[in-house]
Amino acid sequence: MNWKFAGDRPVYQQIMAAIRGAILKGELPPGGKVPSVRDLAAQAQVNPNTMQRALTELEREGLLVSGGTSGRSVTEDADVLAVMREQALEELARECAEKFMVFGVTPDQAAQLLLRLQDKKEE
Amino acid sequence: MEQPILKASGLTMRYHSVLALDNLDLELPQGKIVGLLGPNGSGKTTFIKLAAGLLTPTGGDLTICGEKIGTATKAVVSYLPDRPYFSRQVRVEQQLSFFQDFYADFDRARAEEMLTALHIPLNAKFKALSKGNQEKVQLVLVMSRRAKLYLLDEPIGGVDPAARDYILNTIITNYDPSATVLISTHLIADVERVLDEYLFLYQGRIVQGGNVDTVREETGKSLDELFREVFKCLPNC
Repeated sequence: MNWKFAGDRPVYQQIMAAIRGAILKGELPPGGKVPSVRDLAAQAQVNPNTMQRALTELEREGLLVSGGTSGRSVTEDADVLAVMREQALEELARECAEKFMVFGVTPDQAAQLLLRLQDKKEE
Repeated sequence: MEQPILKASGLTMRYHSVLALDNLDLELPQGKIVGLLGPNGSGKTTFIKLAAGLLTPTGGDLTICGEKIGTATKAVVSYLPDRPYFSRQVRVEQQLSFFQDFYADFDRARAEEMLTALHIPLNAKFKALSKGNQEKVQLVLVMSRRAKLYLLDEPIGGVDPAARDYILNTIITNYDPSATVLISTHLIADVERVLDEYLFLYQGRIVQGGNVDTVREETGKSLDELFREVFKCLPNC
């Protein structure tokens, strides 16, 4: 997982994003066990309370499920995973659009650019 | 609310003409890592020494777990001074024995395990160790106690960035979740992600404090940026 934190957002939110990313990339497969709070906190070099908060929030979203004494694992619920994927991609698209807007490029023009990029690759 | 682990009210410390702590009110909750941050001469070390029982305040009250500072509080407080304090002639293993004799809550096996991981020979004399290694040994000993309150005065001041990471890791992986850690430093960028809460100390007073993630949420700034902003406006620092 990528544990780099920016200064302008709460660390627990950045951890949540990193874990969502790991699930999307398949580093943490559906049903896969999530390391303990203590291990994850040590890996990310953050306060265990912060890690705990991030995992609890993800549990509330339904993305992680608590197995009692056996620790947490990634949900196997396909609907929950699909919604999360949708939201993550939307977020990515929004960020992307904002960056283009800075240069006065509309989403429509940006989409054209992306398609042209794809054509070039195919040639 | 739970009983605070440390409570100061009207705490004042005067060194002759210098007022180091000025009528300070403060409560530290259980189970938090708290940053005690402030420019040089703001009173950080004085506060920590008072809590460790090395100084007696000239005014006000200070209690730890509801007790006045004394033998009972020293048994539950693990203190890391801001400079090396072990005898240079003593071997690391002898120092371990001192700690074992002195503190009922000292976990020797744990300390030895960490020292081995750091490749520090137990039979080395203190004077044979580099400054960074001396600091690491002190921190290992302090964190190997099962204390209720850890007072760490500049734990990362004199060591290289890799050792800083190791030390911060030692702090976050070795403390008991019900214990509180107070870290004083001005290297804010390095410590801010391990902190739950922060306190800004200036001229012997707490000028600001709160939850670190709340700062980011509300201001979009890191603690380091906030510190620079707050202390830029204040004169003489």
